[in-house]
Amino acid sequence: MEMLRGGAQPKQTYIKRTRTGRINIKAGNKVELVTKWTIAMLAVLTIMAFFFFDYTGLQLERAITETAYNLKTMFLEPTLSHFSWGEAFHQIGITVGLGVLATVIGAIIALFLAFLAAENLSKPWISKSVRVVVAFIRAVPTVLWVLIFAIAAGLGSEAAVLGMLFHSIAYLVKAFSESFEEVDRGILEAMRATGSNWWHMVTHGVLPSTFTYLLSWTFLRFEINFGVAVAMGAAAGAGGIGFELFMASGFYFDLREVGFITYAILIIAIILEIVSTQLKNRYFPAAAKN
Amino acid sequence: MNEKAMRKSRWITTVSLIIIIGITYLSAVITEFNFIDSVATLPKALSWIFANLWITQETWERLPAILGKLNETIFMSIAATTLAAIISLFLGLMGSKTTKVNNVFSVLARLIASFSRNIPVVAWSLILLISFGQNSLTGFLALFVGTLGFLTRAFIESIDEASQSAVEALQATGATYAHIVNKAVIPQSLPQMLSWILFMIETNIRSATLVGILTGTGIGYTFDLYYKSLNYNAVALVTFTIVIAVIIIELISNRIRKVIL
Repeated sequence: MEMLRGGAQPKQTYIKRTRTGRINIKAGNKVELVTKWTIAMLAVLTIMAFFFFDYTGLQLERAITETAYNLKTMFLEPTLSHFSWGEAFHQIGITVGLGVLATVIGAIIALFLAFLAAENLSKPWISKSVRVVVAFIRAVPTVLWVLIFAIAAGLGSEAAVLGMLFHSIAYLVKAFSESFEEVDRGILEAMRATGSNWWHMVTHGVLPSTFTYLLSWTFLRFEINFGVAVAMGAAAGAGGIGFELFMASGFYFDLREVGFITYAILIIAIILEIVSTQLKNRYFPAAAKN
Repeated sequence: MNEKAMRKSRWITTVSLIIIIGITYLSAVITEFNFIDSVATLPKALSWIFANLWITQETWERLPAILGKLNETIFMSIAATTLAAIISLFLGLMGSKTTKVNNVFSVLARLIASFSRNIPVVAWSLILLISFGQNSLTGFLALFVGTLGFLTRAFIESIDEASQSAVEALQATGATYAHIVNKAVIPQSLPQMLSWILFMIETNIRSATLVGILTGTGIGYTFDLYYKSLNYNAVALVTFTIVIAVIIIELISNRIRKVIL
């Protein structure tokens, strides 16, 4: 150290040193610090969680062996006992139908809101306020929306679709407005220069160049909505295969039937996943998030 | 865009719109969904919400109990996400093209991920409820299984995206598998993985409500109790606390994401 201090002294500001005098090769790495802290916090919170949990009536060993046995029964001996194959297809159709309705109606409403939310098509304060409303809607879980609508609109597909609409709209507004913002600035400028109004810009400039993206985002949402529709059937009595699943496990305790229904859901979910993975690879090579 | 391509794209647009309209009509028939009815109920429902979902003075007294349950739910989703992330890391390393040990493990890891992701969280919670009973561990495990599948897929993608050249360079120097993973793969994909973990925690708090309603744990159970006893003021308070919690967690994770990405 002394050698360095004397003679041709390098400017201290250029080289950061640790306390022992070594050159700090990780100088000013805020990223690493935050990463470390986040991981540490998550670890601490996870350990704390197990002290906070409520373990009433839990017999761990028995529960594990029983679950293993139940899973074996479910997956190795699936049968139908309380309804027929035809009925099973009908119920799956209802679940898929709920998903379709929530997605399509949601996409139409989201399209108009997305025009307002996109920064290049709207005024800053309008786009900000649409975004705030969307963030609020996203924060309320879908099942709560459905249950709240069930009181007001009565049980049935209307309450389920209306409740599911909220999250679909929130998700699609975000996705659509981001696609709109990626539209080439030049196109909009050229159209503005020819004197076209806002509506012309949307129908002839923005929509044609983003249409395939909008369709694939809508399909990605449909994949999510199928899962949501299953959940709503089970938790909010919206009907469909989810309700049958709830009845089979909660009322009849018929594990074989639970197994059959699970397989049915699994097959459809995997088909949807394969299609949406291909859409993603084709249109969003940079792995679309959310 | 030339004329031919334009005509083709217009044709595709028309056909896909017709198909979508057809499918929507079929769905409305099978679910007995009535467009006019639902449009008519919307104002009614909204006015009901504005008339009944108010937080009154007396419901504030229930706040400590509600916050306790909310706490349980938040802890449940963080613990489920973190522990699932640890296992997903191994599955992701096995499943990724860059770091797989052999094809058998790779296929197996992807299969486990697909299986646990595509069986809905509802099915897991109902199955677990039968033998684990009504306690936090049931909700935790249901969330854990669903998260495991999702994070494994996300991690496989993040590891695949990380550049291959660093891995190759280390291989050339004769580094062991552990060295390669530790010094090349993890540092490159860690920010992306962490971002996925944060995203999953947000998602899990919302799904924890659903799982709670089904398994009788956490804030979902509290909501269900008030909902079934028609105490709508308390329902409003529970919803409000969930919204605040979700927004706070979203803000924190956005902050972290901004720094690390």
